[in-house]
Amino acid sequence: MNVETAVRRPDEAIEAPPERATPLAPPDRRPAASPLDIVSGEIVVEDLNVYYGEFRAVRDVSLTIPPRAVTAIIGPSGCGKSTFLRTLNRMHELTPGARVEGVVTLDGIDIYRPDVDPVQLRRVVGMVFQRPNPFPTMSIYDNVTAGLRLTGRHKRSELDEVVERSLRRSALWDEVKDKLRQPGTSLSGGQQQRLCIARALSVDPEVILMDEPASALDPSATLRVEELIAELRRQYTIVIVTHNMQQASRVSDRTAFFTMGEERAGYLVEADDTVRIFTNPAEQLTEDYISGRFG
Amino acid sequence: MTGAVIAQPSMAARLTGARVGRRRTVVDRSMRTIAMGAAFLCALPLAAVLFFVAANGLSALSLDLITKPPRALGIGGGAANAVVGTLQMVPLAALIAVPVGVLGAVYIAEFANSRSARVTRFCADVLVGMPSILIGVFVFTFLVLPFKQFNGFAGSVALAVIMIPVVMRTTEESLHLVPNSLREASLALGVPAWRTVLSVVLRTGLPGILTGSMLAIARAMGETAPLLFTALGSRVVNVGDFGRPMDSLPLFIYVNARQPVDALNQQAWGAAFLLLLIVLIINVAVRARSWGRRIG
Repeated sequence: MNVETAVRRPDEAIEAPPERATPLAPPDRRPAASPLDIVSGEIVVEDLNVYYGEFRAVRDVSLTIPPRAVTAIIGPSGCGKSTFLRTLNRMHELTPGARVEGVVTLDGIDIYRPDVDPVQLRRVVGMVFQRPNPFPTMSIYDNVTAGLRLTGRHKRSELDEVVERSLRRSALWDEVKDKLRQPGTSLSGGQQQRLCIARALSVDPEVILMDEPASALDPSATLRVEELIAELRRQYTIVIVTHNMQQASRVSDRTAFFTMGEERAGYLVEADDTVRIFTNPAEQLTEDYISGRFG
Repeated sequence: MTGAVIAQPSMAARLTGARVGRRRTVVDRSMRTIAMGAAFLCALPLAAVLFFVAANGLSALSLDLITKPPRALGIGGGAANAVVGTLQMVPLAALIAVPVGVLGAVYIAEFANSRSARVTRFCADVLVGMPSILIGVFVFTFLVLPFKQFNGFAGSVALAVIMIPVVMRTTEESLHLVPNSLREASLALGVPAWRTVLSVVLRTGLPGILTGSMLAIARAMGETAPLLFTALGSRVVNVGDFGRPMDSLPLFIYVNARQPVDALNQQAWGAAFLLLLIVLIINVAVRARSWGRRIG
């Protein structure tokens, strides 16, 4: 990643416009603040191939991810779901030897254009991981503000607002408001995951990628995360990878079904409205998968 | 099944292969005893050193030993020259070695490709095993010879060379223990790589880095050989003049223990006890902390 560029370029997104001062601004009036000047958060993927060295992990994926809606990516293990997800904020670049062919645009801007800074991109396209990963050395408060504190200088009052707003959005505020100074790791697994969601929300992204965000959680914590996704679905573009088809059917507006083809390369079988995928899919392969005949 | 045709010995005979069993029991007991003895021998030197140094040094340890310089003539005085020298040379060495070691570890753990990391790691491991007197000679050639003057700075550099690989390897180990998910969490927030390393990776690995640095300091504090060709040792209390010879506790022990004067030998014992106390306190403090972490 290009550290130089990241250092030189001041983070305009974080120099908050004054109207952001209202801690509980209605979601729809959330200012579109981003270096890439995003308004809607639509992702269009065209002929995407992902390679690890010589190995092609994802083959010829073309997919439109609608803005302000939840898109679920389902499919059997090893079909490249997570790999695909990580190409949407260029996190795959952290894996040595990983490279991408094809086009991914975010509101019309190719995120692989040479002048797009992956560091800036990741502030617009946030990510939540499979296992809750709060920073163990930081308090709840510091975890939520990490994205801001580590990318620029901020006034204390501004951080306070971000903490409350992000934790309210992630439905964690009432549980932790009296212990913001305690370590993030003192929370339960489900709370930790919502803390990680709050952390991702704190930098005001347009898109949130979730890589099996509930697979490490117990059923009741899973339910809370799913409820949270339902609350966030109109404010953010959400892409969620899940093993759990019931979860996909519960939380998503659209579903994309991936599977593994020749030479273990994952590919997209079909993408459609979730209801349609689960009731009347166009492809026999999808039908077989959702009815449990393979995978 | 062919086994059914062959007559099997009785079950009692099969389960009580008496002769073999007894022999095995004897071998087991004796090997166990030998291993236990070896384990005891491993711990014995520490106990012996502690006992002899304490027995001989306790009576020699006094406030005078720490505060008074050696008499210019005759006997008496203390080891203030050595105490002051150690307290200057070791911190300066740490000031050089800790940043170099930590940065080097950051490079090989976070940025280097596997080959250059392997080469660097190998060099560090060889350097750890390098006879320390050779390090003294090496520093002698470029920090003493050109100035025609033994000096404290050269002593610090020699100690730093000894500390660097220790700091680097322990730091690297502790950086490898930082889960990758934390790096990803930080980078996914749009935090630049340098800031991720500084505020997440190094911060999370800090306890291990401190432990390694303290152990390196304790090790450098006890080194004699690298100082013989560099700081040389000094009978006068040298405060702040790194351009001139300095003394250190190990050098003081080395010099005074070789004098045919009982009082000077006593001072050596006292200095030995003092050095032992400092090194022991650092070691125990550092290890107690990491024990506490592992349990807690």
